[in-house]
Amino acid sequence: MIATNEEVWKVLLGVNDPEINTVSIVDLGMVESINIGREEIRIKIIPTFLGCPALPIIQKNIENAVKEAIEVSEVTVEFVCSAPWTSDRITERGREGLQAFGISPPPRHIKENGEWQVDCPYCGSTYVTFDNLFGPTACRSILYCRSCKNPFEAMKPMSTDM
Amino acid sequence: MTENDPINQDYQKAVIELLYQLADDDFIHAFRGSEWLGLAPHIEEDVAFSSISQDTMGHTAMFYRLLEELGEGSADHLAQGRSSIERKNCVLVELVNGPGNYMEKPRYDWAFAVVRNYFYTQAKAIKIQSLKNSSYKPLSDAAVKVKMELYFHLLHWKTWFTQLMTSTDEARKRMEEATERVFAELDGVFSQGSYRVKIVDFGLIEDETILRKLWIQELSPIFQSINLTMPESFGMKHGNGRDGEHTGDLEQAIQTLSEVYRLNPAAAW
Repeated sequence: MIATNEEVWKVLLGVNDPEINTVSIVDLGMVESINIGREEIRIKIIPTFLGCPALPIIQKNIENAVKEAIEVSEVTVEFVCSAPWTSDRITERGREGLQAFGISPPPRHIKENGEWQVDCPYCGSTYVTFDNLFGPTACRSILYCRSCKNPFEAMKPMSTDM
Repeated sequence: MTENDPINQDYQKAVIELLYQLADDDFIHAFRGSEWLGLAPHIEEDVAFSSISQDTMGHTAMFYRLLEELGEGSADHLAQGRSSIERKNCVLVELVNGPGNYMEKPRYDWAFAVVRNYFYTQAKAIKIQSLKNSSYKPLSDAAVKVKMELYFHLLHWKTWFTQLMTSTDEARKRMEEATERVFAELDGVFSQGSYRVKIVDFGLIEDETILRKLWIQELSPIFQSINLTMPESFGMKHGNGRDGEHTGDLEQAIQTLSEVYRLNPAAAW
């Protein structure tokens, strides 16, 4: 065995989202599976959004990180749709990482009428307004905090109920 | 079943045909959307519309990759290297955004953009819902993913549509004119072309008449709320794109979007 599953997970914990450097791809819930062969490590990744331009960068970063940490001739990263990415895949540590970056983590619940609540990542106020459902990247929206007067971003909720 | 099995071959052909329709629709639609970059009515809309176009281009790339896996050639080539006559997209998505062009005096029509995007996105959402039960597993998996992203697109265009329809007299007039133009081509969006029977028989997606009916069901209450009449029938004024019938607008779009690719098809992207 060239490596254990655990060793590879550990390496992937060090691969951060290229646009949110406080959160790893593991904590974003993007890693679907790790398969260790005799000479090859295959990693299945779930894209957050299909059109995300960071995907090829993430792929390269994973390949480099694994090859650097583990002696292996071949690392294959495959993007799969067999499991859909939903925002509840983000771990507790991932939610904290988002907040530290100034991005509100996605809501845990969406009401039956489709509404959801976002709090300011800086002061925690609920007195916020939506500026734009869409933001600088596919997975984020733009909001404004009326309490501490800061603009901020929030992760869009993604659920198979939508 | 083996690869040489005639049923298997027929099935694969039907899958390929449907994938071309889905991929080409989203590709040209996303291209027309991207031509609005910097020209939308305000900065927030610029952010929103370009984000939507980027998502749609992501769906396109995924559909072309599924074709690539079925031996149809590289996704890049499928997107950029095919002539207009080979394209299976509906005519509605290929029509220009308005007079002028992106590089020179674009005088694009925002009412047309809103109506086209809303009606197309609603139709796509209905198709995607049906594809969740597709007999072709890669397509049903992809549908679950696309559906979630579409939720936001649909919310966006529905908001624009109802707000402009209930705004000033001039807005209402322009929106009604745009609605007429879109209805004149809307049948092409639902059309499954000459492969329709096989596509449906193999359980890839529901029949176009059912999809059209679901679309009407979905939009009727919205129309009622803004006092707009649903027409008795839709049209395919400039022909059926599924069978290779297109306007000069598509040729112009392909010339523009493939300009760099044609300079050096071997270049890395």
